[in-house]
Amino acid sequence: MSYSITEPSSRQKWIAGGLVIAYAILTLLPLAWIIATGFKTPADAIAYPPKVLFTPSLEGYVNLFTSRSRVTPEDLAALGPPTTWYDSIVRQYDMVITGASRYGERFLNSVIIGFGSTFLSVFLGTIAAYAFSRFKVPLKDDLLFFILSTRMMPPIAVAIPIFLMYRQLGLSDTHLGMILLYTAVNLSLSVWLLKGFIDEIPIEYEEAALIDGYTRFQAFYKVVLPQAATGIASTAIFCLIFAWNEYAFAVLLTSGTAQTAPPFIPTIIGAGGKDWPAVAAGATLFLLPIMVFTILLRKHLLRGITFGAVRK
Amino acid sequence: MPDPFQRAALATPPKLAHQIRGLSDRTIAWLFVAPTIFLLLAVNIFPLIWTIRLSLTNFRTNRPNNAVEWVGIENYRKILTNPDTWASLQATAHFLVWTITLQVLIGFSLAYLINKKFRSNDLWTTLIVLPMMLSPAVVGNFWTFLYQPQIGLFNYFIAFLTGADPASFSMIGEVALAPWAIIIVDTWMWTPFVMLICLAGLRSIPPSIYEAAECDRASKWRQFWTITLPMALPFLMLAVLFRGIENFKMFDLVVQLTGGGPGATTQLTSIDLKREAFEKWRTGYASAYAVILFVTVFGLASIYVKALNKVKDR
Repeated sequence: MSYSITEPSSRQKWIAGGLVIAYAILTLLPLAWIIATGFKTPADAIAYPPKVLFTPSLEGYVNLFTSRSRVTPEDLAALGPPTTWYDSIVRQYDMVITGASRYGERFLNSVIIGFGSTFLSVFLGTIAAYAFSRFKVPLKDDLLFFILSTRMMPPIAVAIPIFLMYRQLGLSDTHLGMILLYTAVNLSLSVWLLKGFIDEIPIEYEEAALIDGYTRFQAFYKVVLPQAATGIASTAIFCLIFAWNEYAFAVLLTSGTAQTAPPFIPTIIGAGGKDWPAVAAGATLFLLPIMVFTILLRKHLLRGITFGAVRK
Repeated sequence: MPDPFQRAALATPPKLAHQIRGLSDRTIAWLFVAPTIFLLLAVNIFPLIWTIRLSLTNFRTNRPNNAVEWVGIENYRKILTNPDTWASLQATAHFLVWTITLQVLIGFSLAYLINKKFRSNDLWTTLIVLPMMLSPAVVGNFWTFLYQPQIGLFNYFIAFLTGADPASFSMIGEVALAPWAIIIVDTWMWTPFVMLICLAGLRSIPPSIYEAAECDRASKWRQFWTITLPMALPFLMLAVLFRGIENFKMFDLVVQLTGGGPGATTQLTSIDLKREAFEKWRTGYASAYAVILFVTVFGLASIYVKALNKVKDR
């Protein structure tokens, strides 16, 4: 690094680094607590003072994935010794496993709706962004502003007519209905971000391809898409994170078949009060993929957040 | 090996090939833009028009067989004269003012420190950003556990710092504390967003300006007030705009944290609206409420954007 009079001194760097790291540790504490609570027994989870060191247990995860019912000690004795490790965990509490819980289904719904809507919003966003970037679209600026303005509406405000409309069309509580809805919400972000990325690709590449006898479609497919790949990928992550985390529409428009994990996780309850280790286990499995994604893809993500904001 | 496009081109009958090749740019442009516009019309604009229509009626979703009557602006009059509306607007204003103030102060300070470019600052930036990437409903739900009197980590922490009894206060159960409970979690979650935008602002300032200031022997303090802050101001204002719009719409986090309680102390407008629409099923009334909220956000945002542009042009 070249010497510069504006470069902060190393003492300044130490102080700045120390303060930022202190803030980071403080802010990560609740997240660490979620992960830790998932591995506690219910008794450890509500211990006072809060337990930092504890014997890890998989009870929370077992309770998360199973439904259980209480049996009398005689019935329990009649069943014979437990056959699996999770059986033995449950039997300490005079319970037997009666089947799988709904968590698996809800998680799968999140995956289907998340990836489905991400694919659709990125696909539609890419072609629309290409058109806005390269062609003379009438009323271009108005259309772009219109696309952006759809993000200002409070979800609850649009939820009323969408609720009625979906009931009429038979789309309420369906995967397709949720995919279309999340796609529409994500489109504004997707078009704006992608237009920025495509604007950066020099138009000369396509012109050369067109002169070489490519059609517009071929030029788009073989020249523009590969160049925009990074931009498309980071847009996809933003769309996925939104759909993954969305709660308001999910709680209002789904109840059974298409319910995603965010409305479901807070409703997990155990026998006699809230089963915090199971809630924490469910939250951990749901949040961890996003945390890992964020850390691995930080370069593209951080750029995307500010990019989307600063462009406006 | 001929690539698939060449093969496809050879296999296509000449006449059709000519047609595809001949698609004018104008046609392609429309073909590419139309699906997006159509979907946004169907899922955003059509519902908005429907909401406006419903807002002029006494329609109730749970009684579809009742005769629907036009009531004109009656719903609007009721909302604006209802003290509950003003109470929830006040709760929203309190929430907005404090979250934005705290997030701007902490976010800008963090960005300023990170901009000192200490070692591995990008990794720490990423770790700080984590909370805003996560599901507000799931995280908000878990914060109710941290806020438990006695056993909650937050109460323990406060007790540790102040010496108070951790069982003596309940962040989400007490009228005086609940508004702060939601402000704390929102600030925890969204400060990183303000920080990132401020960081983009600080990084956009060319170093040559500081070099010139150093040559003129301007003090660091003076440099901050005459260079750093004014040049980062448009970014800061943009962050305020985004947080303002988002927090005016705030629903998921607060529903999970307090559900609007205790009483109606944290009943923000979105939660009030949800009660009217999906618990009391007063669809017409709730639609009018939605229109009022939308007009308010849009109006405030437009005025703000005008001010922002003035600052930018300066």
